[in-house]
Amino acid sequence: MDHLLSLMTFIPLLGMFVVLALPRDNAKLIKITALAFTIPSFLLGVWLYQNFDRSLVTMQFVERFQWIPSFNIQYIMGVDGLSVTMLLLTALLCPICVLAAWEIDKGVKGFFALFLLLETGMMGVFAALDFFLFFIFWEVMLLPMYFLIGVWGGPRREYAAIKFFLYTLVGSVLMLVAMLALYFTNDPHTFDLMVLMDKAPTYTRAFQSWAWIALFIGFAIKIPAFPFHTWLPDAHVEAPTAISVILAGVLLKMGTYGILRICFPIFPLATQDYAFWALAALGTWNIVYGALCAMAQEDMKKLVAYSSISHMGYVMLGMATLTPQGINGAVLQMFNHGTVTAMLFLIVGVIYDRAHHRRIDGFGGLASVMPVYTGIMTIAFFAALGLPGLSAFISEVLVLLGAWQYNQAITVIAASAVVLTAAYMLWMLQRVWLGPVNEKYADLPDVDMREKIMLVPLAIIVMILGVYPHAVLDLMNPTLVALNGIVRDATPAVAALQ
Amino acid sequence: MAPVGLQHYLLVSLALFCLGLFCVLTRRNAIGVLMGIELILNAAAINYVAVSRYGAGSFDGDVYAIFIIMLAAAESAIGLAVVLGIYRRIRGVDVSRMTSLQG
Amino acid sequence: MVEHAVDTVAVSSSLRWICLLPAIGAAINLIFGLRIQRSIGRLAVAVLGSGMSLAAFAIVVMNFLTLKGMAPESRLLTDHLFTWMNIGALDVAIAYQFDPLSAVMCLVITGIGSLIHIYSYGYMDHEPALWRFFGLLNLFMFSMLTLVLGENVLLMFVGWEGVGLCSWGLIGFWHSDHNNTTAANKAFLVNRVGDFAFICGTFIVFWTLVAEGHGTLVFREMAGVVQHLDGHTLWGIPVATLATLLLFIGATGKSAQIPLYVWLPDAMAGPTPVSALIHAATMVTAGVYMIGRMNFLFSMAPDTLQIIAFVGATTALMAASIGLTQFDIKKVLAYSTVSQLGYMFLAMGVGAYAAGIFHLVTHAFFKACLFLGSGSVIHAMHHEQDMRRMGGLRRYMPITFWTFFISTLAIAGLPPLAGFFSKDEILWKAFLSNPILWGIGACAAFMTAFYMFRQVFMTFFGEIRADHHTVEHLHESSAPMTMPLVILAFGAITVGWLGIPHALGGNNLFEHWLEPVFAASHIDAHGKGGAHATAAGAHGDAHAKSGAHGQAGTHAEAAPDSHGKGGTHGDPAHGEVSHGEGVVGGEHHDLTTEYLLMGVSIGLASLGILLAYLMYSANRLNPDSFARIGGGLPYRLSYNKYYVDEVYNALFVRGAIRLSRGLAWFDAKVVDGIVNLTATITHAASAFNGAFDKYVVDGLVNFTANTFDRAGGALRLVQTGSINAYLYVILIGVTLTLLANAW
Repeated sequence: MDHLLSLMTFIPLLGMFVVLALPRDNAKLIKITALAFTIPSFLLGVWLYQNFDRSLVTMQFVERFQWIPSFNIQYIMGVDGLSVTMLLLTALLCPICVLAAWEIDKGVKGFFALFLLLETGMMGVFAALDFFLFFIFWEVMLLPMYFLIGVWGGPRREYAAIKFFLYTLVGSVLMLVAMLALYFTNDPHTFDLMVLMDKAPTYTRAFQSWAWIALFIGFAIKIPAFPFHTWLPDAHVEAPTAISVILAGVLLKMGTYGILRICFPIFPLATQDYAFWALAALGTWNIVYGALCAMAQEDMKKLVAYSSISHMGYVMLGMATLTPQGINGAVLQMFNHGTVTAMLFLIVGVIYDRAHHRRIDGFGGLASVMPVYTGIMTIAFFAALGLPGLSAFISEVLVLLGAWQYNQAITVIAASAVVLTAAYMLWMLQRVWLGPVNEKYADLPDVDMREKIMLVPLAIIVMILGVYPHAVLDLMNPTLVALNGIVRDATPAVAALQ
Repeated sequence: MAPVGLQHYLLVSLALFCLGLFCVLTRRNAIGVLMGIELILNAAAINYVAVSRYGAGSFDGDVYAIFIIMLAAAESAIGLAVVLGIYRRIRGVDVSRMTSLQG
Repeated sequence: MVEHAVDTVAVSSSLRWICLLPAIGAAINLIFGLRIQRSIGRLAVAVLGSGMSLAAFAIVVMNFLTLKGMAPESRLLTDHLFTWMNIGALDVAIAYQFDPLSAVMCLVITGIGSLIHIYSYGYMDHEPALWRFFGLLNLFMFSMLTLVLGENVLLMFVGWEGVGLCSWGLIGFWHSDHNNTTAANKAFLVNRVGDFAFICGTFIVFWTLVAEGHGTLVFREMAGVVQHLDGHTLWGIPVATLATLLLFIGATGKSAQIPLYVWLPDAMAGPTPVSALIHAATMVTAGVYMIGRMNFLFSMAPDTLQIIAFVGATTALMAASIGLTQFDIKKVLAYSTVSQLGYMFLAMGVGAYAAGIFHLVTHAFFKACLFLGSGSVIHAMHHEQDMRRMGGLRRYMPITFWTFFISTLAIAGLPPLAGFFSKDEILWKAFLSNPILWGIGACAAFMTAFYMFRQVFMTFFGEIRADHHTVEHLHESSAPMTMPLVILAFGAITVGWLGIPHALGGNNLFEHWLEPVFAASHIDAHGKGGAHATAAGAHGDAHAKSGAHGQAGTHAEAAPDSHGKGGTHGDPAHGEVSHGEGVVGGEHHDLTTEYLLMGVSIGLASLGILLAYLMYSANRLNPDSFARIGGGLPYRLSYNKYYVDEVYNALFVRGAIRLSRGLAWFDAKVVDGIVNLTATITHAASAFNGAFDKYVVDGLVNFTANTFDRAGGALRLVQTGSINAYLYVILIGVTLTLLANAW
């Protein structure tokens, strides 16, 4: 297992070529092939989960060789507690998404080829430890996403795809600038994130500040943080279900992952300076604002999209607190949001496949029509509104607990969103699933086996993590506590003053 | 009366040249123009032969004259062919109508 | 210190099964229930649900007996499953503790809960989704038991919100009716407001304790270190006061007190067994339990206790006054529940924790019986709930009538029934604390007697006012329904005898049983040290005796500090609360006053009953004439529940919706507008740029080309195509060349 991470990353890419070589008209074969190429990554992820040394703070499963020696660009892959969580989430969601995309009948070959490329990009972002490599994967992931939304999306797909693409590209440009600045600041020039991290005390505060902001804007667009969030509802509404799941489940995490992976350890001083306004205050605003906006939505997907904005606010708030609880809660929230929101989008997708619309007011009484579906939906909804005993509660309470020590007033505002979250979730639940049966949809079929296979595992994970969160917390706790310490204890070094 | 000398030949040649030039400039018939050219060429040939006889004492001038005769034959052959071609195209040999080369 | 306590407590690994059995029952019924119901039968579903509940009851009894066999000061059983969250200073486990207070709660929950499970089988006899009903009931049992057994605040919070979920699911059980689901959502959301405050209160306590180096959320450990909260303030308020206030707001949500009581009457939309179990006997008492569980904390905040007492008393009075005019048989009971919960909070507020819990227990019996009785009536009347269409039912359903009647007597507070002892205990303690509180409580007691008997007379006496069809089908309910009624009525008579006060020659067994838990509030006036050591250890005497216990001495020394600010000892400077404590200690008893007050409250109850009799049975007084008092305003206020729902709706619900719509507009038009505007501007700029490029930059290039082009055009005129012209030119050229040469 010397090349575990590379295998996880590039098996889907291999799958892409295989899919491309398959005959265009055999859709079933293409789908099965795509599924077959996402499963090895998932199984490797399971192996990784079992063999990951939970006591280490350092990088594990590191692979390193020179890639472009003349520019000192290396191919470095490795995982620590932070990235392993995200990698596992990606590996888990991808097979589920292939299942979710099973009903796609237009351009099947292209869809699954792009999807597999997307998976490679996502895995690579989380596994790369060289900034250049990171950037490459970041961009690799962007392209298939553009086409997946722009070609297989809803009626306004082109608008949404271009908006998504341009927005992310703006972020990429800023990231590129900061990346090059970092590269040239160090002597010898390097993109190696671990070296950059070690050199952190030598960066001046001024340099840290502007580089931090440039990177932050790039990542904030991805999170998405107010006011850069408006691409998200559009992208979600237009994207096909599977892509929404990936978008909410994995792509949003890249923003917060980037902040934790790059901004935090490399620019600790700037992080201290900006944590309050850029992360805590903005995160809290995200929480409340997202929740209030969600309440007013008429489209199920848009509601879930705004709920994502709200839930990602917890991640920002948690990491800003610089407490062990807050930062653990933040990363756990990333994982939990990945599973819970994936469920929510899959649930909306199930009903959209049947009724071909998503208007909240257009349904009613589905609980009587589709009982199994309703049962699973209830778990997802209550997880999303933070019911104790389900996964999201743990992360939210950890974030809020950490935040309380950090700033009480902000915590009170953020915590008040539990009421709003419950309000919009239950209101939607009531309008769609409860009440008198809408005769138009009185004979919708309940979830079939394929839909159960994609929903039930997530539901089980959501329940298990609510009771035994250490299944994931143990993975990341040492890394995050160390990271937290790096940032919290950073002081302007002598070298920086010279 | 003075014996016929170089001068006389030159005068004849000049007259012939002028006639030829006049013919070339004024004829609207392409054949006529060709004939004028023949006159000019022959005026030149007379000049060469005369200068060769009374002047340098070599046969260079005669050689040139023979070249010119040969050249005039070739020229008129080609010229007539062109005229014939033009005739086929514009059903006439009036040079004032041959303006397709106009810029 | 904390480790010592953990080492010495007894372990009982059966505790987990109290929670897990109902959880398993819930899981089976919710996942496979429909299949079981179709293939095996309805009875199988009911037996599974009830069986799990009864099994839990059996385990509770077993543990209760174990507990009873232990020395009073060491009565504690724990069961540690695994670490739940261990991050930094936070270390909480999935672990259960069983102490006298938990034991009482568990007995009530599983005991009454099992009866209601059985009753439900009879009541829900035509329900197609019986499996879901029993699944949710079992899930509720699990959550409620987690709430009372959890050894730390967060685990309690799991139960706390878990019961909210089940309550939501059961209120909205008949979900095809929009009103039911709206009531369910309302209940959940109002509770969420409370939960929000609850979690904030927890944070305050936790972080203050962490700052003192004692970060813990385990109740018995908190009890030992909670005195460190002294001297800490947040936003200018002492931490203990602020935290307890927030926790109390949480309690007002769960236990339907002012200002968050509004959900409970609406919650009656659920099936009646649910109203009995969740919205009368168990879940709504969670707030009372929580204050009892954290009495050590609340005792440190006399200001909060004052507020709790007044909120409780006011709620008791206000809800009772609403109950006077309602016609829906379940709404009356709902307001009566709110009112009785008010009494419990009154008790908690005056520091009479044991009395509050005692009332909780007796109330659970008679109110469950009343609800189940009303359910029996509703079932027989084909889901008619309006009392104006009932009457004379005692002839048709004698068992229901008698059990209902007994429970009504109990709630009215007539001796020797359960309600008398518990309510009087509270009123007596309230009187000692502040006579105004007693006055409010007594007033509410009078109203209670009146409206409860109004209900009895309207429902069971007189002539039946239902339509002919309904009358024909009137019948006494089946055995699964009447059996629990009888048992509960029996309890409504006898449970009170557990707590006969000393004044009446009893020895208040109940209070003694709970003494170890409420040791903090039992700090006596004699200055015995170490009294704040609560459930984890023992009360003062035990500590004083066990000299070998090093920590005991430390406690004793630390104690005076906390007393001074906590106001929980007999220092006269600290007002009402300390008086109450002194009384609990059994020192300054004024027996004549106590007898007098008992007499007064019996008199008030009798007066209420008499008035109800005169109005609704003997017809000597016309209720309408009372309704017209004060121009009918008081009646209208009461009948319309003081318009609180309307006010809340206008203020909070519409406010939130308007705000959300406004923000959504802002988001779509302004934020996204800016994005789109950026796009538009970019687009316009690019159009301009395109034009510039096309007309200026490219223009220059074209201009150059055009210039040459035109020049060429001009020059080309030279090329006439006329051979003659060319020849002339040649001629002129040659001539000129020759002339030039000649020069």
